[in-house]
Amino acid sequence: MLDLKRIPIGAWIGLILTTLFLIAAIFAPLIAPYGLGEIVGDVWAPASGQFLLGTDNLGRDLLSRMIYGARTTIFIAVMATALSFSLGAILGFTAAVVGGWFDTGMSRFVDLLMAIPTLIFALVVLSVLPSTLLTLILVMGILDATRVYRLSRAVAVDINVMDFVEAAKLRGEGKGWIIFREILPNALSPLVSELGLRFIYAVLFLSALSFLGLGVQPPDADWGGMVKENKDGIVFGIPAALIPAAAIAALAISVNLVADWVLNRTTDLKGGRGNG
Amino acid sequence: MSNPILKLIAQRIALGLLLLLAVSVLIFAGTQILPGDVAQSILGQSATPQALANLREELGLNDPAIVRYFRWLAGVLTGDLGTALSSRQDIAASIGGRLWNTLFLAFWAAVVSVPLAIVLGLLAVRYRNGWIDKSISGLALASTSLPEFFIGYLLVYFFAVKLQWFPGISTVYDGMPFLERMKAIALPATALTLVVLAHMMRMTRAAILNVMQSAYIETAELKGLSPFDIIRKHAFPNAIAPIINVVMLNLAFLIVGVVVIEVIFVYPGMGQYLVDHVAKRDVPVVQAVGLIFAAVYIGLNIIADIAAIVANPRLRHPK
Amino acid sequence: MAKAPRNGSSPLLDIRNLRIEARVYPPGEAPRTITLVHDVSLSLEKGKVLGLIGESGAGKSTIGLSSMAYGRGGVKITGGEVLLNGRDILKGGTQGVRALRGREVCYVAQSAAAAFNPAHRLMDQVVEASILHGVATREEAERRAVALFRKLSLPDPENIGQRFPHQVSGGQLQRVMTAMALCSEPDLIVFDEPTTALDVTTQIDVLAAIKEAIRDTGVAALYISHDLAVVAQVSDEIMVLRHGRLVEWGGTRQIIKEPRQEYTSALVSVHEIEHQEKQPGASPFLSVRNITAAYGGGKIKVLKNVSVDILPGQTLAVVGESGSGKSTLARAITGLLPPEEGSITFAGRTLSNRLSDRSRDDLRELQMIYQMADVAMNPRQTVGTIIGRPLEFYFGMGGRERDAKVAELLDKIEMGRGFIDRYPAELSGGQKQRVCIARALAAKPRLIICDEVTSALDPLVANGILKLLLGLQAEEGVAYLFITHDLATVKSIADSIAVMYRGEVVRYGPKSEVLKPPFDAYTDLLLSSVPEMEIGWLEKAIGGRRMASAGN
Repeated sequence: MLDLKRIPIGAWIGLILTTLFLIAAIFAPLIAPYGLGEIVGDVWAPASGQFLLGTDNLGRDLLSRMIYGARTTIFIAVMATALSFSLGAILGFTAAVVGGWFDTGMSRFVDLLMAIPTLIFALVVLSVLPSTLLTLILVMGILDATRVYRLSRAVAVDINVMDFVEAAKLRGEGKGWIIFREILPNALSPLVSELGLRFIYAVLFLSALSFLGLGVQPPDADWGGMVKENKDGIVFGIPAALIPAAAIAALAISVNLVADWVLNRTTDLKGGRGNG
Repeated sequence: MSNPILKLIAQRIALGLLLLLAVSVLIFAGTQILPGDVAQSILGQSATPQALANLREELGLNDPAIVRYFRWLAGVLTGDLGTALSSRQDIAASIGGRLWNTLFLAFWAAVVSVPLAIVLGLLAVRYRNGWIDKSISGLALASTSLPEFFIGYLLVYFFAVKLQWFPGISTVYDGMPFLERMKAIALPATALTLVVLAHMMRMTRAAILNVMQSAYIETAELKGLSPFDIIRKHAFPNAIAPIINVVMLNLAFLIVGVVVIEVIFVYPGMGQYLVDHVAKRDVPVVQAVGLIFAAVYIGLNIIADIAAIVANPRLRHPK
Repeated sequence: MAKAPRNGSSPLLDIRNLRIEARVYPPGEAPRTITLVHDVSLSLEKGKVLGLIGESGAGKSTIGLSSMAYGRGGVKITGGEVLLNGRDILKGGTQGVRALRGREVCYVAQSAAAAFNPAHRLMDQVVEASILHGVATREEAERRAVALFRKLSLPDPENIGQRFPHQVSGGQLQRVMTAMALCSEPDLIVFDEPTTALDVTTQIDVLAAIKEAIRDTGVAALYISHDLAVVAQVSDEIMVLRHGRLVEWGGTRQIIKEPRQEYTSALVSVHEIEHQEKQPGASPFLSVRNITAAYGGGKIKVLKNVSVDILPGQTLAVVGESGSGKSTLARAITGLLPPEEGSITFAGRTLSNRLSDRSRDDLRELQMIYQMADVAMNPRQTVGTIIGRPLEFYFGMGGRERDAKVAELLDKIEMGRGFIDRYPAELSGGQKQRVCIARALAAKPRLIICDEVTSALDPLVANGILKLLLGLQAEEGVAYLFITHDLATVKSIADSIAVMYRGEVVRYGPKSEVLKPPFDAYTDLLLSSVPEMEIGWLEKAIGGRRMASAGN
């Protein structure tokens, strides 16, 4: 079992911050002091007792928008990660175990997709697709699935040639047993830690798209979009844009800390137990 | 230099060109075959059917996709990138200066970040598990988590607004004196450097560490060589290929990072040009710029692979 | 404990109460310090060879490297003195240590292929230490290197130095590394298992070359090996180590002829398992007929026209060196590599070539045990699951019935039911191999293919496994196809033998006939290359050879 005392301090910080962000996202309407689009004060009012983080470029409460923004950012990133992960892992595992033309075809196609920088490809595709949540999730999920595919295929190929898998094949076991009982339990640790990294990447990617004006469209706002809204204030010395940017960084760092800990904890293939 | 190595290099370049061709198909398909009508996108929902039909005719949208692809490819190969829909300007002409601006920015970011990353990576290996090493790992963790615009706006906020050392908006123009141009790109180049530095450091560290843990390093140590000689004579010749690989991959990374950085600093380069025209749904521009970015990216990857081939003694001196 | 024979006043190397510790970081546990070497003392005269022998974890390499004041990884020398040429090198500081490494003491590693820098020509690496320490100018050093290459009977001694490591075979590289150690004319060379990674027919050449070079140059040596028979050929004295402690130290003749400690006797008699050859009476149940198999779409032929028979309850040993095709034969029989030509008959019918076309019962009858037991078991499954799965899969057993059967099998492999909930990582090497045996037995097979099952194990553990296999054969009547490169193992276990060389069976028949002269050239070479626990065996074997070594 998990021994709480052995969790390093970094992982604790990561866990606590991640939880806080999640709570903010889930209970946004209950927590936020003002509405999402509600204009409540002056433009770019400084932080005060009334507006804890000040107001934004239209005089909306920044804290409330941050809390709602957490919801949008995390929701899209989670959905995109879920898509990229299920797509990439299933195809990667299948390619490794089935082999043959399926493997060759899939792998070449993924090579091709990865030959274009992800952001550039996303921009090309978004230039013709309508900017909706669904489009964003699909584009981000599919493009990122290439990375998950590569990792899960590589991990599965490594395990697939090990003697214990050969022993199972010699026994006459079916593909299902081999994938789920022999390969998957051994592939889990690298995949779980990759899950964290893919989520971070999704957050950063979404934020970049929104910052460029091609992600979440107003009046909805995610953190990247809020940076864009408030960026003009920077040259006047108004740091409102830095707050959502810092929030993105904080979320990414905390998830990174957790993923790092998970990876270190379960990195060896040898241990079955006792690596808590 | 013997035959097989030239053959491998030729193969790698041919593969790269083939990949580029496939990428051109993909980029074209991505903008043409996906749902969404380009004419409708340009003219908006209120366009009359007649106007839509005219525009489709003008853009050649009524021809089959394959015909349009080859028409486009033939143009690209002869240097004709087409005309921007939004401004009616020749794309190749607009790109010229911007491409140069982008390369100028990326070049100076690379000039700073590559040597810095290698030196710091070496230090991290030399003082492994010491505080330098630990802070580098920490920095790398943080930097892979920081959005580019966070770094960018922090720099603007402190160095342009508060301290007023550098301009927060990087205006450059033709015939600008070199020093002024350098001052203008100081902040974006710093931001780009910070974006790739930690990652490059960490990968350099891993590459060198991998070499340092080889048995032949122990052999050198047991011959009584000094740590400096071990690194110079035994580690370096074997680490050079992986380091070049790391550098090239990160330069490719830098090329992408440039897009966001240019928007932050309103720098007249390729990235901003691309983003502007994605927002305007100006497909010909997006295709052209996307292809150029992809070509640079693929080119850097080819160089990385060729470096690995050339540096491999097994390939240089076959049995 | 035997006392060292001492003669002469000041030895070249005098290690006193050496204590070596290492910091280990077990996953999920607090880091702790373990002691690798417990207060070991030894001394070595000029020009003498001391053999250090022991199983893995005995601390022999660690002690050897301490003579260069070197600790691998997190290993630290924490106590005692290492006197070399009369001074304590542990107190010499970094400069002092650097001055002696490569000058007074040189090192020959187990894997020369990894120990040479792939980026430099051999000559540059061979002369590097001599030039560095100012022993010789470059020209002198190169001349000396060429002379050493010639002495070590390397082919083309004038030019071999111009090659890169990957252009030279493993056995040759090992000799080049010996030349590298000798080049700076050191007082002492540490040989760390220099022939272990080599094929047996190559090992004998390298061993002879090393022995001659030591004799002619008058250098002293620490010769580290896990193989007592090998050590006995080159050493004047032998030191037996176990778990970082001294077991016995004496002259070579005394150690192998009159061992005083029980552990030493066990090591000496390790290969002596009495096994009565069974009569070939019964008809074979598995016949391999004219099998030809290839990798890479028919390009690389690895089996050529191979035919063997396996009799019920008997053992066919397939012997050969690396590249002989012996493991490929196993893959062809199991269906993992469908042969291009030929057929396999099993119990009177022809077995499908492909694994996927075979019936579940055919699969059950044919089980396999691997060389590396730790990767042959899923690290995320318990011993109970590993052994229980064939019972579920082939016999539909479940619940209590299966658990009872698993417990019974655990008893059979002499481990006991306490292990049922353990994971493979919690077992020792020998225990892992036993669990693999139990897994194979669980299927109630008629034939078990054993692919180098004892090669990765220490001699005593391997011995236990062989005895277990023989016992199980007597009990269960199962047949073995025993693949090995080790002729001593073959003598202990086989009823019939097939000798393979470059994809072909060159000699085949009952054990007594195969091992009886007259021999064909290759079998002769193979048989004569197996080290024997006999002083002077090496010279006799080299003198009586008819064929050059297979791989060199």
